Amino acid sequence: MVESTGETLQKAREAVARVTDPEIPDVSIVDLGIVRSIAEQEGTVVITITPTYSGCPAMHVIEMEIGSALRAAGIGLFRIEKVLSPAWTTAWITESGKRGLSRAGIAPPASSPRNVPVAVELEKTHIPCPVCQSTETALVSQFGPTACKALYRCTDCLSTFEYFKPI
Amino acid sequence: MDRSTQDYLFEYCLRLGDDLLVVGHRLSEWCGHAPILEEDIALANIALDCIGQGSFVLDLAAALKGATTADRLVYFREAIDYRNCLLVEQPNGDFASTLVRQFFFGLYHHLLTDRLRSSTYLPLAGIAQKAFKETEYHVRHSSQWMLRLGDGTEESHSRSQRAVNDLWQFTGELFETDEIDSALAGAGITQRSESLRNEWMQRTTDLLSNATLTVPADSFMQSGGRRGKHTEHLGHMLAEMQIVARSFPEATW
Repeated sequence: MVESTGETLQKAREAVARVTDPEIPDVSIVDLGIVRSIAEQEGTVVITITPTYSGCPAMHVIEMEIGSALRAAGIGLFRIEKVLSPAWTTAWITESGKRGLSRAGIAPPASSPRNVPVAVELEKTHIPCPVCQSTETALVSQFGPTACKALYRCTDCLSTFEYFKPI
Repeated sequence: MDRSTQDYLFEYCLRLGDDLLVVGHRLSEWCGHAPILEEDIALANIALDCIGQGSFVLDLAAALKGATTADRLVYFREAIDYRNCLLVEQPNGDFASTLVRQFFFGLYHHLLTDRLRSSTYLPLAGIAQKAFKETEYHVRHSSQWMLRLGDGTEESHSRSQRAVNDLWQFTGELFETDEIDSALAGAGITQRSESLRNEWMQRTTDLLSNATLTVPADSFMQSGGRRGKHTEHLGHMLAEMQIVARSFPEATW
């Protein structure tokens, strides 16, 4: 029946939206663009997800948490599918996702990614500090605590902060 | 896809997947040992990207072969059955040596994934589209270290130059073209390896020059990895990597 399918999907969407990234507890995996679609196929709810980075070790945990969230919402018939293409991009992070990153003290990606020529010179950037908003910041390391984040230091307030790098 | 193309593609996926797995494993050996915390984390992250990409490619290889899995390919093949290039299996050495190896391989991998993005074999194109973006950051990272170390102190300069001199002989193999990549290039699945050489050489020469390092004059190149003829280092690495899986072959955790 069309209506009950709609209700199930609505419940599934709400449940999945409550799952957060294990490394960024404030931000839903939907807002991060990890969830690509939620659909119904012959009575089974199909959740399609994509990894942020190829080696993202959080994918297994995310799958488990989607499963628990769906079961808690009373949805027993579901399947989680993983896709690689199209490749995940920070352009998929929603506005509410970016606000969530800021709240967690992580500078959101500055712009949608472009094909940046690979730099052969030491880079100067002006990523705003999420603590004091100063743009006098310096790159500490291209790779932060997780592959999706770089590490910066604010030269004004001296805070070290993470930057969700555009890809 | 006809039978011979499928066989060639399996072999090609082993080359690509083994390169990534082996370089990823080498980088992971730095975990807890890098000179500074930020680099410990950076190398571990690059290792994760490489192993992740490698596992996608070896999943493809396993699917092409049927009746095997990426885990079986990784843990139960002998060194002679590995198809990675000799460059990636070279031991880490000092930090300069690891970063020079990473720059040489990373730039090659970046140029290769750029081409493979338009492969007519869509599963491979999908992996390459994702990997290409990640390798941009890898190349930036190793380029910046080459500049810092090469144009740094007398000590860092001499260690970097020594690493360049030692590893240069393993770079020629990256651009060897044989019947496998020729056949696959003919089918639009990949490009001939030699087609990457000029761009790689140009960018490497520019970077080395900016880093006040010299391109070695000796042009003798080692070869063999793609045919399973490896340096002794790969066997030692595999012994460590495979011991648990081979001791407890049915274990799950």
